[in-house]
Amino acid sequence: MMLSCKEASRLMSEALDRKLAVRERIALRMHVVICAGCTRVEKQLAFLRQAVAEIPAADRVPGEGTQ
Amino acid sequence: MDPAEFEAHRTALLRFALLQVRDRDAAADLVQETMLAALTAADRFSGDSSVRTWLTGILRHKIVDHIRKAGREVSVDALAGEDGADIVDAMFRQDGHYVQMPSEWRDPGQLLSERRFLEVLELCVRGLPAATAQAFLMREVMGCETGEICKELEISATNCWVLLHRARMRLRACLEERWFGAGRK
Repeated sequence: MMLSCKEASRLMSEALDRKLAVRERIALRMHVVICAGCTRVEKQLAFLRQAVAEIPAADRVPGEGTQ
Repeated sequence: MDPAEFEAHRTALLRFALLQVRDRDAAADLVQETMLAALTAADRFSGDSSVRTWLTGILRHKIVDHIRKAGREVSVDALAGEDGADIVDAMFRQDGHYVQMPSEWRDPGQLLSERRFLEVLELCVRGLPAATAQAFLMREVMGCETGEICKELEISATNCWVLLHRARMRLRACLEERWFGAGRK
């Protein structure tokens, strides 16, 4: 099974929410290893999760002063 | 619930609310009401979900009401009524390749402590359609399991993953355009 980038991006996202089946993981790895775009997107989606956790929303809202 | 646990939930709920409700006081009020509602209805907590997910569910409804009162639409069917599908479809060509090749993001790790970057990310999150944002924030801010999110939003697991995929791809594209893009000085 050869994935398109669109399908690969879907699996890369779902990997953050559920354990992929072995065949899904294999198909995804086979795609990512030959695809520069998806290699970047996979890293970026993981980064996004870290970054969202760092948003200091509880302290302030953009455009307003502190407190 | 001991005071430390209560405070941890309250802080997380406030983050969740602040990323959806622009008015800080309104967000704080919604969280306050949620904690009160939870205390008075504690006997109705079924224990099927975690306390945090239960609290998130109460707050989520209050936020939806608040957004509706402010005159913004929150689609009941998160999948049918929102514009998200087209946007993700538009990122890919007919053959499934990227329309625009994703760029390499430089030193992302360093950005985690850069205030201006986090502000741009926050604006991108606020730009998500309301129901997509709720699914995404339940997952990433409240740490709910997808099973709990589907149950809360009354959508199938597959649709839940679709929403989360859309949210992430939109945020990725938003950051690429507004932070990493060529237009950035």
